[in-house]
Amino acid sequence: MSPQPDLLYSEEEEALRAAVRDLLTDHCGPADVLARVESDAPHDLSLWKSLADGMGLAGLLVPEELGGHGATHREAAVVLEELGRAVAPVPYLASAVVATEALLESGDAELLGRLASGRAIGVLAVGLHLAPGADFPVVDVEDGLLSGELTAVADAAAADVLLVPARDGDLYAVAAADAVVTPQTSLDLTRPVATVTLTGAPARRLGPAAPAVRRALRAGAGLLASEQLGLAERTLTDTVGYLKERRQFNRPVGGFQALKHRLAQLWLDVVHLRAAARGAADALATGADAELAVAVAQSFAAPVAVRTAEEALQLHGGLGMTWEHPVHLYLKRAKADSIAYGTAGAHRDAVAALVDLQAP
Amino acid sequence: MIVDAAELRRRTAELLAAHPPAETGRQAFLEARFDAGLAWVHYPEGLGGLGAPRTLQAVVDAELEAASAPDNDPRRIGIGLGMAAPTILAYGTEEQKRRFLRPLWTGEEVWCQLFSEPGAGSDLAALGTRAVRQDDGDWVVDGQKVWTSSAHLARWAILIARTDPDVPKHAGITYFVCDMTDPGVEVRPLRQITGEAEFNEVFLTGVRIPDSRRLGEVGDGWRVAQTTLMNERVSIGGMRLPREGGMIGPVARTWRERPELRTPDLHQRLVGLWVEAEVARLTAERLRQQLAAGQPGYEGSGMKLAFARLNQEISGLEVELRGEEGLLYDDWTMRRPELVDFTGRDAGYRYLRSKGNSIEGGTSEVLLNIVAERVLGLPAEPRTDKDVAWKDLAR
Repeated sequence: MSPQPDLLYSEEEEALRAAVRDLLTDHCGPADVLARVESDAPHDLSLWKSLADGMGLAGLLVPEELGGHGATHREAAVVLEELGRAVAPVPYLASAVVATEALLESGDAELLGRLASGRAIGVLAVGLHLAPGADFPVVDVEDGLLSGELTAVADAAAADVLLVPARDGDLYAVAAADAVVTPQTSLDLTRPVATVTLTGAPARRLGPAAPAVRRALRAGAGLLASEQLGLAERTLTDTVGYLKERRQFNRPVGGFQALKHRLAQLWLDVVHLRAAARGAADALATGADAELAVAVAQSFAAPVAVRTAEEALQLHGGLGMTWEHPVHLYLKRAKADSIAYGTAGAHRDAVAALVDLQAP
Repeated sequence: MIVDAAELRRRTAELLAAHPPAETGRQAFLEARFDAGLAWVHYPEGLGGLGAPRTLQAVVDAELEAASAPDNDPRRIGIGLGMAAPTILAYGTEEQKRRFLRPLWTGEEVWCQLFSEPGAGSDLAALGTRAVRQDDGDWVVDGQKVWTSSAHLARWAILIARTDPDVPKHAGITYFVCDMTDPGVEVRPLRQITGEAEFNEVFLTGVRIPDSRRLGEVGDGWRVAQTTLMNERVSIGGMRLPREGGMIGPVARTWRERPELRTPDLHQRLVGLWVEAEVARLTAERLRQQLAAGQPGYEGSGMKLAFARLNQEISGLEVELRGEEGLLYDDWTMRRPELVDFTGRDAGYRYLRSKGNSIEGGTSEVLLNIVAERVLGLPAEPRTDKDVAWKDLAR
């Protein structure tokens, strides 16, 4: 039998979780998030500063000699669990994971250092829906200047630097100030997407685009499972708590067996999601079987996160339909996450190819 | 002294030197292993163990396997090892431990479990098999038990019976060791939908049990039985499987070997189930790692639920995948197998046998209640029988 992945959390990882949760409890409650997404600046950049600058979490995946913390995907996954629990509107996955992985592949030390320190927010300018290995759109390049339009780019509105694949097969860095970023009205208010329009924008060539994009999207897909885990766990916990309090027919609603069984089933799903998400994080950290571990986790995670959020809404009754109650923030994030970095179906196709279960 | 891995290796080498497996009879070797404390190292000295951490058993097992030493065929004596032994260890008298544990572990004596009854399934505590105390202090037992695996092979049974019908159901139960060779014990095979009879009905008529074979106090049998049932769940949760190690293995192999059977619909469903099986495997592995690290693993309560559903869906898909062959069945002959193999025989057998997975060892419905109440802390089901004497319950 091949060696088993380490699926537990170390003491250091639990300490990291506690620190992030404390910060989010104080600064990223449901009312804060709702107020933030209704404002003109949906990203919470002061929270981002605390996470990136204050706690040094933007550089977890970057080696120390490049200005990072030399940690692994296991620690980044724990941060993402907590950010998912809070549906925090910060560009952590986009900048500290996806853009960072692209730069690790293309080997740009200067830009990596800026992202790792949190001084700059980087965004890989491809649609959030792209699966690892999928074809990605490119912009035109002429005399080193980029022109073209890219859509559904997550967190682009918060970016300082855009990483843009061009028609010549290379990846370029473009200052956000040299691009026009137009927010799109997004289903997920906490991770809004935007179009990026380039008109003869100056750019710096980084290296071949395809391997950088593939690596970036694989890490994004793999660690997204941890965000989905945090989201599902929080949603379930809140729903269980509510159903213990809410009384109808002179008893707590949570005492009705039809609801108990649904909640127990969701708990079981979340337990499974934890194993899948830890499996993917550990595989990305060690490199062992990472492609399959990520595809398995993403085949499994989205349906669980969406189902948990949908059940949470239903079990909150009319309250769940109100704008005021935060359950919709979780539902919208869960549904958008089910498309992000490839749908479950796209990842199942990847699993089938990897384990030799060929289509007819 | 502290028994660590090195010490266990030393003792195992000593055992192998004194009783070379190639020249020692199987039973004699197993007895020598038990007496050396290498049977189950976490048991006390003198009872097959050395008081070592349970996780170190793997060290001994690996050394013995490398030396081609015989094992005690744990699947054949699973009820003894997994349920009777921990209960005897926790509640037995010194004399009972000495009498029962050695032949139980070596497999010389097979054990079965006389718990469920026709009228007491999920509501096990409602059981009606009566044990009546005699003037000499011994007990006479009358009643009927059901779903008893290995009853036709067993020398001993763990038995729970009602000793006081005048108190609420949980309070009037006592736990015994029953001699299956007693003339009042009648074992009848119970044929299942697979055609086989893994299980039996057991009729107890005037069975005499000396008081020295009582486990725990009179009236404390429900608490004693919790030890048995808890250990059953731990053993279900502690599995370690390789990828494709469970029910998904045979259907994945069929898919690869038989391209003519493939359709797009079956492909979608198969890959979905493959993913679920792989995640369930990781979940069981995570639980194993938690238990090994001494962390509480509530997940154990859920694993049986997950595997029951998966086994049923996967084997159902396999019957459908086989098309014309799925219309056939390998053999309906009535047999009494010694071992149960969920993934054995053909797809039709696996499909039918796995239907039992959501019933045996606690139905999925009861397990969902347990998760909801004990893990999530949701309100318990209304209990109308809590303060009613057993004899006054409606039945």
